[in-house]
Amino acid sequence: MEIQELEKIGAQVRRDIVRQVHSSQSGHPGGSLGCTDMVVALYFNEMKINENKNAEGFLEFVREGINEDLFFLSNGHISPLFYSVLARRGYFPVSEMNTFRKINSRLQGHPATHEHLPGIRVASGSLGQGLSVACGAAYAKKLRKEDRLVYVMMGDGEQQEGQVWEAVQFAPHHKLDNLVAIIDWNGQQIDGPTEKVMNNLDLKAKYQAFGWDTVDLDNGNNMEHVVESLKQARAKTGKGKPVVILMRTGMGHGVDYMMGTHKWHGAAPNDEQLLIALNQLPVTLGDY
Amino acid sequence: MNHGPFSLLTTHISMKKYTFTDKKDTRSGFGAGIAELGRSNPKVLALCADLVASLKLDTFIKENPERFIQVGIAEANMIGVSAGLALSGYIPFATTFANFGSSRVYDQIRQSVAYSGTNVKICVSHAGLTLGEDGATHQILEDLAMMRAMPEMTVINPCDYNQTKAATIAIADYNGPVYLRFGRPVMPIFTAEDQKFEIGKAWTVNEGKDVSIFATGHLVWEAILAGEMLEKEGIDAEIINIHTIKPLDEQAILQSVSKTRCAVTAEEHQLNGGLGDAVCQLLSRNLPTPVEMIGVNNSFGESGTPAQLMEKYGLNAKSIVESVRKVIGRK
Repeated sequence: MEIQELEKIGAQVRRDIVRQVHSSQSGHPGGSLGCTDMVVALYFNEMKINENKNAEGFLEFVREGINEDLFFLSNGHISPLFYSVLARRGYFPVSEMNTFRKINSRLQGHPATHEHLPGIRVASGSLGQGLSVACGAAYAKKLRKEDRLVYVMMGDGEQQEGQVWEAVQFAPHHKLDNLVAIIDWNGQQIDGPTEKVMNNLDLKAKYQAFGWDTVDLDNGNNMEHVVESLKQARAKTGKGKPVVILMRTGMGHGVDYMMGTHKWHGAAPNDEQLLIALNQLPVTLGDY
Repeated sequence: MNHGPFSLLTTHISMKKYTFTDKKDTRSGFGAGIAELGRSNPKVLALCADLVASLKLDTFIKENPERFIQVGIAEANMIGVSAGLALSGYIPFATTFANFGSSRVYDQIRQSVAYSGTNVKICVSHAGLTLGEDGATHQILEDLAMMRAMPEMTVINPCDYNQTKAATIAIADYNGPVYLRFGRPVMPIFTAEDQKFEIGKAWTVNEGKDVSIFATGHLVWEAILAGEMLEKEGIDAEIINIHTIKPLDEQAILQSVSKTRCAVTAEEHQLNGGLGDAVCQLLSRNLPTPVEMIGVNNSFGESGTPAQLMEKYGLNAKSIVESVRKVIGRK
């Protein structure tokens, strides 16, 4: 897909994020906006997914994902982004975004399989678990001798969880070279800048020391760069090592007053703030 | 002691006889079961966190090296990897000691397995006091409570080698998360070799009418010994093996208690939250009945031989007999 087309989708997804969080007056807009370009690029450009449609015209979702590229969201709090991308890609009606975080919804506060929302393969939200799950899925593809890839996104704050490093150790040991991890390195977490809360130091050196191949993505909010990084990552797969994309993003990217601060990690805009945000994000696919 | 009620007991008793020719550990039953699954079900995988010999996985690994995944000493990751394998269509058996497969990884099981509905079998050995000399750090006595509290989790605690083997084979055919708990000590083998294991279906070891003894795991053999001792006192004990703690066989328990009108529960676990609590919860709602509970009373274990520990913490036939006398007096 053309970069411009992906950017258009990204703008609409950002509108969806802000509107979902405003509507329920809860949720996590900051990281969602920062990771928008990557998740859009994955679903609309990079990943090969099952394009079969069901009787209602939505994408047929098969949890096992055999012969598909898979995506796991470990930092589940950026669910409004995940839901928007899945709906816009055709897994379920975009109107369902109206139910985000509301009672009796399939769009739970954090992604869940429990209500059978198409597109979600495992629950996430309690941090540090997604890379392990992705390792299992990648291992399964190896057992089946499939050549598709497994992607997993994590936060940079999430790298403070011990389980992440158990999985970082596991993947190279078992030569999961069909696994691509993406770290949203925005330098912010709930209590403030990551380097003050708990310094991650040099994530690239750490992953390399554990036996991973790395891709630098210095601007994860530039669609061209994002698409290029995914191409590079795919080229590095199949060579005996898992691959990690170290993705620098701006938290809150696309909404000026949310950018570069942890204050919008888990806060919802009021009516006035919503209008300011929407004025900065053009309607491209039509609001839900 | 009040001997009053005893005079009402009939003398027409014949305790079903259980003998054994062989003794084995329940973990070896698991090893035999998964070895059989290795031959019969290509979707079954085994994972282990650096305890291959303790979990008796040798045969499975020898026969199916490509279907064994060593995860190292990293149990949280093992649960997540298992979830990923399960959602991809495999049937992973994640194995370690009971302590490391329950309390250490509770949140991983909760989110990636139970809430996500992934078909992961958590199979754990060295549960309870009978772990012995390693002491309290390893003697998990709270795992049944934790796993019982978790929605959508099936919890199984078989009683001997044959039952553990049968349970291991049975859970592969059930689609959903399972916590299968077994142990280290060598115990009499007294259940049938060719038994069919039905999840959630209690096994009546002996029919009786004076008291219901509901026992699980290693305490089932102790309950049989207790039944023989009680028979000599003229007490006709109904002994029921509750191998599945969840879902509980409510019908079997209510039927038995409606006949006997009193019950003793016995488990190698804390009194808080285990089989005894499950039985009391059921009875208090449906058929309020005097119950005495055998289990560890709000304390940690310690080092010692399994027999010494079971004696010190009151988890044996003698304690069951005392509890039966007490509960009959409360009828």
